[in-house]
Amino acid sequence: MSTPTYLGMPALPPRSPYGTGNLRGDRTFPRAAHDELRNGQLRRNLGKATHTIRAKRLAVTGELPDWEALRDAGSAIKTDTMNRLPELLEQLEAKVTEAGGTVHWARDGAEANDIVTRLVQQTGSDEVIKVKSMATQEIGLNEHLADQGIKAHETDLAELIVQLADDKPSHILVPAIHRNRDEIREIFRAGIPGVDPELDSVPAHLAAAARAYLREKFLTTPVAVSGANFGIAETGTLSVVESEGNGRMCLTLPDTLITVMGIEKVLPRYADLEVFLQLLPRSSTGERMNPYTSLWTGVTPGDGPQNFHLVLLDNGRTAALADRIGRQALNCIRCSACLNVCPVYERAGGHAYGSTYPGPIGAVVTPQLAGMDVSADDPNSSLPYASTLCGACYDACPVKIDIPSLLVELRHQHTEATGRTAEKLAMKAAAAVMGRPGVYRAAQKAAGLGRVVAGRDGKISHLPPPFNGWSDSRDTPAPPKRSFRAWLASAEGASALRAAAEEGARTRTEADGPDEEEQ
Amino acid sequence: MRIGLFATCLGDTLFPDAVRATAVLLARLGHELVFPPDQTCCGQMHVNTGYQREPVPLVRGFAEQFGDPSIEAVVMPSGSCAGSVRHQHGIVAERYGDAALRAGVATVQAKTYELSEFLVDVLGVTDIGAYFPHRVTYHPTCHSLRLLRVGEKPLRLLRAVEDIDLVELPEADACCGFGGTFAVKNAETSSAMLADKMRHVTGTGAAVCTAGDSSCLMHIGGGLSRIEAGTRTLHLAQILASTRTSPYVLPSTPLEATR
Repeated sequence: MSTPTYLGMPALPPRSPYGTGNLRGDRTFPRAAHDELRNGQLRRNLGKATHTIRAKRLAVTGELPDWEALRDAGSAIKTDTMNRLPELLEQLEAKVTEAGGTVHWARDGAEANDIVTRLVQQTGSDEVIKVKSMATQEIGLNEHLADQGIKAHETDLAELIVQLADDKPSHILVPAIHRNRDEIREIFRAGIPGVDPELDSVPAHLAAAARAYLREKFLTTPVAVSGANFGIAETGTLSVVESEGNGRMCLTLPDTLITVMGIEKVLPRYADLEVFLQLLPRSSTGERMNPYTSLWTGVTPGDGPQNFHLVLLDNGRTAALADRIGRQALNCIRCSACLNVCPVYERAGGHAYGSTYPGPIGAVVTPQLAGMDVSADDPNSSLPYASTLCGACYDACPVKIDIPSLLVELRHQHTEATGRTAEKLAMKAAAAVMGRPGVYRAAQKAAGLGRVVAGRDGKISHLPPPFNGWSDSRDTPAPPKRSFRAWLASAEGASALRAAAEEGARTRTEADGPDEEEQ
Repeated sequence: MRIGLFATCLGDTLFPDAVRATAVLLARLGHELVFPPDQTCCGQMHVNTGYQREPVPLVRGFAEQFGDPSIEAVVMPSGSCAGSVRHQHGIVAERYGDAALRAGVATVQAKTYELSEFLVDVLGVTDIGAYFPHRVTYHPTCHSLRLLRVGEKPLRLLRAVEDIDLVELPEADACCGFGGTFAVKNAETSSAMLADKMRHVTGTGAAVCTAGDSSCLMHIGGGLSRIEAGTRTLHLAQILASTRTSPYVLPSTPLEATR
């Protein structure tokens, strides 16, 4: 007989700890948007960029006859993956280890940062080159390394722009989408040592300046840190897809490669790449295929990095997985198609979300990873409301994540977690009125009193808080004298409907001709 | 057909002319209308704002009032309310209801239609003898477009209207920025979206911007009124109900037209 083992009390898995990493802004979405909306340059940059990417995406997804089937396949593979995440992760660990890599498990961002720091310190280097990575952005790795005296060089062009400007990314795929070429020229002139002071803002010249600067970093830095787009459980293969070739440099030139991967990035089989390598580039950059797809399995003697470490990051993902409805958000492959079609993102920009993950998917992923605090002004609690639920994101998502439904679900979780609020009381009151037809009819009559506050033109131009934001740019019609039901119950209503029925019958008779009159 | 008419709380209270037009239209097509007097609201605002317990009585009320098997179809002049019945009532019933409510909801969901899909899909008509000699542009509304997938149906109805000058709305599928309580909670972002929508609407030179949802029209119309634009908003049903014998007369001020 085996001895019973005490497993402890079941508890919800932890979220990303409060106050760590980049999963919470410093103000609510409406407050942040208030400032961002005043930035006309940002609006123009974003509008131009998102409209261009939208058109490209529609062209390359529309040309595939099996695009919808691919989306279904992507969704099914991801759902299956989440349903058996623990076994797939253990399989991935075994295969990576077998191939000469070392796997580390990080419960949260702080643990992952410590692991990476220790690994870098072991190499003796005080510099690392980086492939653009959402996971390391999420945990604030660069800042942590800097605190430990290690300089991280971003090598993706847009990430470099953001880093040199001491700015934050505002888009998953195009981190500097909020910058135009003139701003970039200024950033390069101030931030790249020895750059030509006459540098102009021609894109090719800007790229060449970055290339010259980065080439030296690639050739002299012995450690690289990357993220991963996919990790294949079946073979232990990791993959990064990119456009600039900087990733290929980072993944092949240094002695040591450290990859930080969110645990939801695992895929069961190598063959699954067939689906995702079609879905991802077409959805993200609007290209049929991205220029560079790097795949590596552990360590190959004499070829590429001789030390490979994989850091598997939880940081709230298991908490999201525990949510029956919310776990769908873990299916995200970070293509950013939802950002590019989102009318809210287009106006407010990525910084308004306060998180590494902006836009519609950010509004569902961020609160799930880092939680929504019950305090009234927690920025993350405002994110699920930063959407009109227009549904453009759902249509664009390559793995069919029902983002509008997830937003509604998170709003429900939020209202359930908060105590009494003025809004909750108002909602209860509204439901109480709507739930009692007699009271509703009386309230309807009372609404007619709104005519009193309206001007002579029948418009209400000013409303008290919290409706003042509405009335700042919209007139509201005064309620009419008579509701529909009052009209319907009136002699006028009855005769109007009778007249309509008679008119219709007459028209049909004329159209059908006398022969069919008897029908 | 015996049709249950759901006026929607917004239509019943603030925009009765759109519901009247819907009733007149259906009567003219020879159908019998039933108006369950205890109907109020579908509960969409509650669910979309995060409240799912509170609207349980509304969901139950809807299922009871329209559950009568003699009602063959439930029709409403609102894409978002039809979307709420078809997509949200099940969620509420599943979470906070009992087996009876879940069954009742499933029954009414299956026979609930937004006006344009009812006309085109169920009745199989596109030309309903309407006459509207004005320049019109059509805003498809997000829930009609992406939740109900009404597609071209409203446009097919509009194209069949006699003497209409139907002009395409640029970036028609972009949200107007309403989103229910979004327009209150995120009023500034909403206003920025509205400004772009209004620019596209007024750019068409249309006398009327139409849609299948009074809530979106309240938003667009409220904005057009504020900037004193020449374009009015008018529910799709009001255009379709306008005939040569009883034509719709365009009012002088924009807000009047929304009513």
